[in-house]
Amino acid sequence: MSSADIYKEIILDYYRNPRNFGKMEKFDSSARDSNPLCGDEIEMQVKFEGSKISEVRFVGRGCAISQASASMLTELAKGKDVEWVKNLSKDDILKMLGNPDLGPSRIKCALLGMKVLKQAVYSYAASKTEV
Amino acid sequence: MLKSYFIDVKGILHDFPILSRKINGHRLVYLDNAATTQKPLQVIEAVNDFYLKHNANVHRSVHTLGEEATELYEGAREKVASFINAGSEEIVFTRGTTESINLVRFAWAEKYLEKDDVILLTMMEHHSNIVPWQLVARKKGAKLRYVGVDKEGRLKFDELERDIAGSRILAITHCSNVLGTVNDVKKACSLARKNGVLTVVDAAQSAPHIRVDVREIGCDFLAFSGHKMLAPNGIGVLYGRKEILQEMDPFHGGGDMIKEVFLDHATWNDVPYKFEAGTVNTGGAIGLAEAIRYIEKIGIENIEKHERAVTQYCLETLSKIEGLLIYGPQEAKGRVGVVSFNIKGAHPHDVATILDRNGIAIRSGHHCAQPLMNHYSVPAMCRASFYLYNTLEDVDRLYQGIKKVKEVFG
Ligand SMILES: Cc1ncc(COP(=O)(O)O)c(C=O)c1O
Repeated sequence: MSSADIYKEIILDYYRNPRNFGKMEKFDSSARDSNPLCGDEIEMQVKFEGSKISEVRFVGRGCAISQASASMLTELAKGKDVEWVKNLSKDDILKMLGNPDLGPSRIKCALLGMKVLKQAVYSYAASKTEV
Repeated sequence: MLKSYFIDVKGILHDFPILSRKINGHRLVYLDNAATTQKPLQVIEAVNDFYLKHNANVHRSVHTLGEEATELYEGAREKVASFINAGSEEIVFTRGTTESINLVRFAWAEKYLEKDDVILLTMMEHHSNIVPWQLVARKKGAKLRYVGVDKEGRLKFDELERDIAGSRILAITHCSNVLGTVNDVKKACSLARKNGVLTVVDAAQSAPHIRVDVREIGCDFLAFSGHKMLAPNGIGVLYGRKEILQEMDPFHGGGDMIKEVFLDHATWNDVPYKFEAGTVNTGGAIGLAEAIRYIEKIGIENIEKHERAVTQYCLETLSKIEGLLIYGPQEAKGRVGVVSFNIKGAHPHDVATILDRNGIAIRSGHHCAQPLMNHYSVPAMCRASFYLYNTLEDVDRLYQGIKKVKEVFG
């Protein structure tokens, strides 16, 4: 196995030039999480229009897998319905990354962005729900 | 393969079949010894032999197997005691360093610590020598104070000298599991003793690699783990000075730690049995004794010198790589074989993954030393750590692996 099985050019590209990186002044929901294994951190801010995501940005630090995965996810999520986020799975994320050959501990890096985005979406839904 | 001046590595490699494994098509280069070491056949066979031929519960049964098991277990205690120059009744078997330190916390600190007492720690402690003290400090209203680390990764001894007087406990690591720094624990314990301060030395990274003599160090407690010195997981040691062990409360309550039990109270067994409640890890203790025999056969001084040579070579080799920063002392003097580093532009986890693709096992992360990571303003580091079976050739493989990392992330 070579390094290329994991560090595909697309991952390195998003790691070096993360899209949607930075914070928004105004947003509807946000979430943050870290991966205790390697200290990866991702924070996402999301704006909604109705049930659609109109904008999503992230900040974070950590390994190439976690940062590239989060960045690619922000691009994909824009314009999608909250249901799309809720239905996201591990396989969707691995496919997005080009199915890199990740072991069980590195998969957590890849999934951190999805975990944070889901949290932001569920928090938003909770804030809209009457008690 | 190398036959060094101090250790015939080629000759001992047969003892470690795992080291001939191929990982991702490459001969395994195992450089994660600070996390845990590999086990020689002698240790595995000693444990096997116990379960195949002598297994019984210790200190209870008078039948032959019971006597044999007890003899092996107590023999292991004697072996450990002589290894660190202690008395047998000063050796408490635990699960490892973490449990040993927690034993001191529960059985000594919970009893004696008072409000506003100061626990003096250092910035280079492993979490297992920080968190137990935070917990007991919170409960007792005690305070924590930290001795700093200088640019070279050495302890700021002047701070220790300044703060020792007002302290109640000094908890200090012998060797840093991140920087490799060897602290002068003898001097620290001597200062502490003059000021009536209890001393707890974390020897997890020293006992496997350099001579540890509790009488010479002059500590009250000293803790280490079997698995970091060729022995199985789940066995460790707490050394405690006999007079102190005697006055302490028990740790866990249960079988074998009592003298007599009545309906409403009990009296405690003698030390060290007072601290070994329940059925003990006999196989582990036997494995540890065999590991010590293995280390003594090679000679701890030879191990120390061999590792110093490998470490010096590693420091010189890695320092040639552009964009690579080594943390801790920049020469092998006064340090053990733990070399932590970062590569510009590459996260430690990505470094470790690429190295693994090339058969090289290193550790990446915060190394259970987050205060130290914060001190260096990094979330994580890469760490290569050596033991008696590593060679200069392994360092060359590390160097080539790092070149590959730089091809991807450069
Ligand atoms: C310096 C130091 N102290 C304590 C420990 C904890 O040892 P254990 O996990 O065996 O209890 C370690 C191991 O990682 C260590 O390196």
